Amino acid sequence: MTTTTDDTQHDSHADDHHEHHIPYGIKRWLYTTNHKDIGTLYLWFAFIMFLTGGAMAMVIRAELFQPGLQIVEPHFFNQMTTVHGLIMVFGAVMPAFTGLANWLIPMMIGAPDMALPRMNNWSFWILPFAFLILLSSLFLEGGGPAFGWTFYAPLSTTYSADSTALFVFAVHIMGASSIMGAINVVVTIFNMRAPGMTWMKMPLFVWTWLITAFLLIAVMPVLAGAVTMVLTDKFFGTSFFDAAGGGDPVMFQHIFWFFGHPEVYIMILPAFGIISQIIPTFARKQLFGYASMVYATASIALLSFIVWAHHMFTTGMPVAAELFFMFATMLISVPTGVKIFNWVATMWRGSMTFEVPMLFALAFIVLFTIGGLSGLMLAITPVDFQYHDTYFVVAHFHYVLVTGAIFSIMAAVYYWLPKWTGKMFHIGLAKWHFWCSLVSVNVLFFPMHFVGLAGMPRRIPDYALQFADINKWISIGGFAFGLSQLIFLVLLVKACKKQGEPVSNQVWEGAEGLEWEIPSPAPYHSFETPPFVK
Amino acid sequence: MKKILFKAGTMLTALITVGVFAETKEKIGQYQLNMTKGVTDISADVYDMHMLMFIICVMIGAGVFIAMFISMYFHRKSRGAKPANFHENVKVEIAWTVIPFIILIAMAVPAMNLLIDMEDASEPDVTVLVTGSQWKWHYKYMDNDVEYYSKLATQADQISGKLDKGKNYLLEVDRPLVVPTGQKVRFLITSDDVIHSWWVPAFAIKQDANPGFINDAWAIANEPGVYRGQCAELCGKAHGFMPIVVIAKEPAEYDKWVSEQEAVQQEAKEKEQRLLSMNMTMAESMLMGEKVYSANCAACHMPNGEGLPGVFPALKGSQIAVADQPKHIDILINGVAGSAMQSYAKQLTMSEIAAVVTYERNAWGNDTGDLVQAKDINSAMNEQ
Repeated sequence: MTTTTDDTQHDSHADDHHEHHIPYGIKRWLYTTNHKDIGTLYLWFAFIMFLTGGAMAMVIRAELFQPGLQIVEPHFFNQMTTVHGLIMVFGAVMPAFTGLANWLIPMMIGAPDMALPRMNNWSFWILPFAFLILLSSLFLEGGGPAFGWTFYAPLSTTYSADSTALFVFAVHIMGASSIMGAINVVVTIFNMRAPGMTWMKMPLFVWTWLITAFLLIAVMPVLAGAVTMVLTDKFFGTSFFDAAGGGDPVMFQHIFWFFGHPEVYIMILPAFGIISQIIPTFARKQLFGYASMVYATASIALLSFIVWAHHMFTTGMPVAAELFFMFATMLISVPTGVKIFNWVATMWRGSMTFEVPMLFALAFIVLFTIGGLSGLMLAITPVDFQYHDTYFVVAHFHYVLVTGAIFSIMAAVYYWLPKWTGKMFHIGLAKWHFWCSLVSVNVLFFPMHFVGLAGMPRRIPDYALQFADINKWISIGGFAFGLSQLIFLVLLVKACKKQGEPVSNQVWEGAEGLEWEIPSPAPYHSFETPPFVK
Repeated sequence: MKKILFKAGTMLTALITVGVFAETKEKIGQYQLNMTKGVTDISADVYDMHMLMFIICVMIGAGVFIAMFISMYFHRKSRGAKPANFHENVKVEIAWTVIPFIILIAMAVPAMNLLIDMEDASEPDVTVLVTGSQWKWHYKYMDNDVEYYSKLATQADQISGKLDKGKNYLLEVDRPLVVPTGQKVRFLITSDDVIHSWWVPAFAIKQDANPGFINDAWAIANEPGVYRGQCAELCGKAHGFMPIVVIAKEPAEYDKWVSEQEAVQQEAKEKEQRLLSMNMTMAESMLMGEKVYSANCAACHMPNGEGLPGVFPALKGSQIAVADQPKHIDILINGVAGSAMQSYAKQLTMSEIAAVVTYERNAWGNDTGDLVQAKDINSAMNEQ
């Protein structure tokens, strides 16, 4: 995945007279301002975090394998669910998308690099420290955050351990990193498009990331505000969320979800972009409804600001507010549906082949649709009273985040990896990875719908006997899904060692776009002189 | 050859699937896979609405997947499919924007009507104040002189696996809430500390208990019976261990139960006054104190009194528990502001508080020899 080999360095000597040498070893990675190096760092960091958060999920599933408390204390269990969520959201999915943006946006729009390379370096290198701080809090007296990744006050204020201060600081750093990454994306796309690359010619991955970047800039400061209020409520005697001091605990949820719902789309819009790149390639047919895809993405982003309280139907809002948020939420399924119909129409009467990226993309469409439809069910307020805070919700958001966001990231890695390394990855391992993941992820998350409907609340370390059999299957699926990711690890290590058959510039028959016109592996600086887009 | 193997494989898979289904079908009777229909008109409506949404979603999903699998099968390169050229079609695009919109309106209208019915808690026959606190529920009948705490009744040994788990493992409480059938019961829901959520699936009620604010919900139970639920909002360490049990009784039986409870609670108050003049021996006090401690204190301060460092302070060897007795009693009566330690003045009788203070001052090697009596607690309360 890197460009460390001798010949690429020669290439870059030849390509770039200013760049006299690339530093070796650790310095290269610490000082790098190259979009590809930083993209690689982001992607490996995301993968390490994915395995770390996954290990916590294994602890959760091991404890839930059978009723009773066997392995961990409830207090530690709560820390596991909390940190699992935080790591997967802020450490795995978001950095992976930023890594893909770094690698791909300059190559797709015909730019030599990102617009703000030093800020790019900084936005990555503060991230590992944020997560070191967060993870180290687990080893402090009183343990790490144990109030759920949503950190509802007053559980996270008056009733939390002192390590909450570290949690707040870590979230601040993650937020700063995300904002810098987003600004970089916006500036790059606005200023560095090649001549002829008009707005409506931009690849959809670029479009979806542009919209995502605006969402990030809009809502990460809201999250920063929420954690700061938690900090001052806990340590400095304010009462933002304490009724006894004139505050309101429900106000916390309004602020949090005003960030939280756009955040959900931050984690899925780039996925829509990836799928819109992959499906046309392997259907050998132009994407159906390009313009409506762009408008649908923009509508989803705008709607995401007026639906936040559908996470809060049970908090006792007035009926009028419940109705408004129900209608607005249901409305989101229209543009989302348009996207899915467009993908299906792209495949319709195409000439399809099923290479590994396509397998993940197809699995994405089916499983994301399931997650989207359960989301529509959750939008119906009177029924949501029964679904809310049960495993039905857990099933829903894991379908959209694991088989949605994460499957799209895997599809993207398989799709562009040969371009990055210049070698085809190990197809046998990749197929094993896909099929093992596909089967196990459904054994893991599908039965959660049933235990949720039958009445199992989420975030509990122990449960009533009627849920025992299904939970055993869920855990088995969980362990299998966890193990399947080790196949991916082996494959990635082999790919980074440059093992495999050399590939052509185009890599995939049917792939179109600027990134497929430059050599494989992609040179250190993609476009020294901008290409002209017809 | 490959084709024959493939066919054999498919048939084998089909046979196994049928076998597994046949086996699970017999077992399915034991546990539930779908939402409960519940025992109120509203909960039945909610169930119907859920099934309607579910069927619509399955149909939409099936339509999408069928179209997708048709192209995956027929429009494959390996079957010689040549790609078509179309990439937009305004009519189709308008159709698949407008039709879903119409379906959504068809879903939204009945949902709106149901929601408006659910939120109308006016003109109740009985009102119960439900207060969540870490990690138990308190019920207070607003029209009668009855109030009590309701706590998990499952033994700790069942949770740790030392004893076999009972039928209602984690879904049983010491004192269930009792409501009359056929009458509109309004629940006023609030909290003493963090946010909890009072969830009884059979009534289709899930309402957050917010500290400092009061929410309401209502139910008319159509059938007598025992209905179980759980706290649904993460509320700390023992969130998984604060179940809800509601018993619905015929109105006549309910009235009888209420007057019994009023009498019992009245008698308990009188008894407590009488007990003020009586002294317990150390042995009695330690025995009672240990019981009170394991039911109320052990969840945080742990059975060995060592607490959870950084979250719940240790009592073993603590300055308050071995030296400052007035402070010790004060904490039990008033709680500690800004912490998870709540006031026990309402939750325990004076003699129980006295016993548990005695126990904490003499257990785990604290060995102070202090013996606190109910009257000490009474005078501490009166001083305020």
